[in-house]
Amino acid sequence: MQLARVIGTVVSTAKNTTLEGRKLLVIQILDGNLRAAGKPLVAVDSVGAGAGELVFWCRGKEASFPFEGSEVPTDCTIIGIVDSDAHVKSIAAKGEKK
Amino acid sequence: MILARVLGNVVATQKNSRYDGARIMLVQPINPDGTPRGVAMLALDSVDAGEGDIVIVVQEGWSASTASTGEPGAAIDSAIVGVVDFIEQDNEKDKA
Repeated sequence: MQLARVIGTVVSTAKNTTLEGRKLLVIQILDGNLRAAGKPLVAVDSVGAGAGELVFWCRGKEASFPFEGSEVPTDCTIIGIVDSDAHVKSIAAKGEKK
Repeated sequence: MILARVLGNVVATQKNSRYDGARIMLVQPINPDGTPRGVAMLALDSVDAGEGDIVIVVQEGWSASTASTGEPGAAIDSAIVGVVDFIEQDNEKDKA
């Protein structure tokens, strides 16, 4: 799992039927200091995340587990919304000093 | 499995229900000599690891889910499965 920022929404009309009704978001992966790291990805949302929010996401086969019952084809799913940006930054800053 | 240093825990109120009661830890992957490697990541704790600990992180879904929640099938791809006491390296003194 990694931290990411929601930086956009993907609108797609023609898609796999199992993706119908799912929110697709563009996320930018972040490091511990909340700086961009790597390329943006498209993620399926499972927690009601929105633009600008700090979230964490799961990769691989496990990304489809939040949608149990319907087999959603995804390898990148947002599974949580982080409460505080400042808290994450502060623990990352402490870690760097060590 | 990889080595990582625990930076601290991340608080998220709104999250997948399988994460309830689990500790979500922010960890920095490291080399055996302690230098950071790559991007910080999140892993669920299964061993009561604390800030500053060097830990072993498993990056495979079944193992991570089973270790941290006791059951497979959760949306979890990484878990802390051990705290490192020290690392013996052939050519160097212990650094962890």
